[in-house]
Amino acid sequence: MNPRFRRRTGLAAALASPLAFGACARQRVDPPEQVSRAEIDEAMRTPTELNFWTWVPGIEKQVALFEEAYPDITVDVTNAAQGAGHYAKIRTALRAGRGAPDVAQIEYEMIPAFTITDHLLDLRPYGAGELEDRFVDWVWAQVSGPGGEVWAIPQDTGPMGMLYRADIFEAHGIEVPETWEAFAEAARALHRADPEVYLANFPPSQGAYFAGSLWQAGADPFAGSEGPVLNVDVTSEPVRRVAEYWAGLVAEGVVSTDPDFSDQWYQAANRGKYATWLTAAWGPVFLQSTAASTSGKWRAAPLPQWESGGPAAGNWGGSTNGVFNITEHPIQAAVFAQFINTDPECTKAMATEQFLFPPTKALLEDPEFTGMELEFYGGQKVNEVFAQISETVSPEFQWPPFNDQVRADYGATVGAAIAEGGDAAAALGDWRDRITAYAEYQGFTVEEAS
Amino acid sequence: MSTESATATATAPAAKGRNTKGGKGPRYARTGYLFVAPFMIAFTAMFLVPLAYAAWFSLFREQMIGGNVFVGLDNYTRAFTDPLLMAGLGRVALFFLIQVPVMMALALFFALALDSALVRLSRTVRLAIFMPYAVPSVVAALMWGFLYGPDFGPIAQFADRIGATAPDFLGADLMLGSIANIVTWEFTGYNMILLYAALRAIPVELYEAASVDGAGPWRIAWSIKIPLLRPAIVLCMVFSVIGSFQLFNEPSIMRTLAPNVIIAEYTPNLYAYNLAFVGQEYNYAAAVSFVLGFVIMAGSYLFMLATNRRSRS
Repeated sequence: MNPRFRRRTGLAAALASPLAFGACARQRVDPPEQVSRAEIDEAMRTPTELNFWTWVPGIEKQVALFEEAYPDITVDVTNAAQGAGHYAKIRTALRAGRGAPDVAQIEYEMIPAFTITDHLLDLRPYGAGELEDRFVDWVWAQVSGPGGEVWAIPQDTGPMGMLYRADIFEAHGIEVPETWEAFAEAARALHRADPEVYLANFPPSQGAYFAGSLWQAGADPFAGSEGPVLNVDVTSEPVRRVAEYWAGLVAEGVVSTDPDFSDQWYQAANRGKYATWLTAAWGPVFLQSTAASTSGKWRAAPLPQWESGGPAAGNWGGSTNGVFNITEHPIQAAVFAQFINTDPECTKAMATEQFLFPPTKALLEDPEFTGMELEFYGGQKVNEVFAQISETVSPEFQWPPFNDQVRADYGATVGAAIAEGGDAAAALGDWRDRITAYAEYQGFTVEEAS
Repeated sequence: MSTESATATATAPAAKGRNTKGGKGPRYARTGYLFVAPFMIAFTAMFLVPLAYAAWFSLFREQMIGGNVFVGLDNYTRAFTDPLLMAGLGRVALFFLIQVPVMMALALFFALALDSALVRLSRTVRLAIFMPYAVPSVVAALMWGFLYGPDFGPIAQFADRIGATAPDFLGADLMLGSIANIVTWEFTGYNMILLYAALRAIPVELYEAASVDGAGPWRIAWSIKIPLLRPAIVLCMVFSVIGSFQLFNEPSIMRTLAPNVIIAEYTPNLYAYNLAFVGQEYNYAAAVSFVLGFVIMAGSYLFMLATNRRSRS
């Protein structure tokens, strides 16, 4: 087993090397009140090289359009990793004080993780404040700080909806459920009629899905957290309702609990084990490419509702472009982030060629976008369904300043309990305790809801 | 380095006398250092310096709110009382107690069988048993993960065909066993080669003498081969202690298949990784790595001590 010996040294080296430079003074941009038009114009005529870290496929198209508009600026695109690996690398580079990108892809849920460490540049002085009207309200709320700061420019979103197998629904006489209660009954009926098929799969470690579910249920667990004060309320009534709902269905054995985006899950989706996929606006095109054998059988609908009152939805995924304040070219970086996410040609290509679900009002109302008929969904205008769902997403949902840790703790407590059909309420208490312990260790003042 | 070579120059010739073979001593010394220099430089830069830095680093605590402070051995106190770390250590200790004897017994069996010249196509067999070792452990874990698949994995499909139910390889009860199986598959061949090489080094005269005395092949294996293999077995065991306690790749890959079973603190190494790269508790992660290192050192030392005693008595 000799080769495995190398691992610990590797880990030690990995721990040590990025931080070796941590002591270097970090040079941060001191943001001016307002940058004038003339200053911007001059900066955009100065030959500059920008580093942009992103995982978005085909982003070269938008970069090319930007470079065409501003020929003096060159943008180097790096695909460092996706998700956790991407952020780990950025954090490392930021700590090292060099090597970090000027502009990066950042998910909405990770914005507070970079503002708490004071690494994001407020884009207001660079004209971003004027963009508010172009974006959907709840999306803009996601990138706004408590003092009105604009921390990033939205690129795409994931309002949540339900994709369902019309053929399975029809065969078993299931109506598209409009409430979660009806959904639960359909789950029981379907599994009784065909034990091989589940109405839904609850991915036990998919914290992002669970967060979106809380959002829909009207929970806002970290609302009002600011700076060193962290509010934690993960045991409120709506949170408990969501957790106990799924734990109950799992305990009854009428929903499956396969980890999503795993081999098991892909195969199951292809073979018709799941009659729905509770997903987000990026789901339809994704499914089309991964469950090709089921083409034509799927349809899209809004999520079932908790209350029959007004329709509500949460958001799952989507991302933004933020600028780090270590950049030597704040103006160019800020203009770049704004340009690729607001220029009509750029955003149209994102929506119709790269299939990123748009956050701009213009595109959500554009018939060319909403009218697209997807064969995989029997010619349904899927974008229209999700555009309507997008209007029902609440602007009240705040992310914690250490979302990755909260997610990990969720998987170890609540996710695990739901997967076993266990005591969800107790697990929520464990989750709260873990979050609180971690937050206090990190120096936060924690205020738990009574 | 320069002072050491200087003392070498001073002492060596003084003993032998300057005139006769004078030049040789110092030149030997200097060439010696030259030969080890490439290794020493790489060893210092890539091993000692990062290790020392990590040790220094483990004495601090950096908070999101409040900055970086020197905390002495606080991180170590926390590590030794951390139930998550202790649970992880317990898990890998259990893994060691179950997996290693099985693997060593298999390796020993194959090595003896190959050495007995009773096996036909011994080269091919040897290669076949050794082959899994050449498969990167990440690939091995992915492959076994597929085989273990609960609905559509080949084992589950086969069980389904014959009307049985495959055990839940990825469930909480069997997971450690499933990982042990992968590790056994990977490393039996490696240990077998070490033992086989040691067997080939035993002088044939011993066997001849034994057969003259009337010992059969079983007797020879039990009374001659295995006792003489002791140093090689001890070596394999020490490697296994290290490998077991540092278990990382296999559970890390299997985590995507069973995220609720393989939790972040499943093994101490996985725990350190997640502390650093999920929780941003870099300092504590460094301390956990050192604690793991101490445990492995102590474990290997105790093991060698125990086997030494027994061989002397």
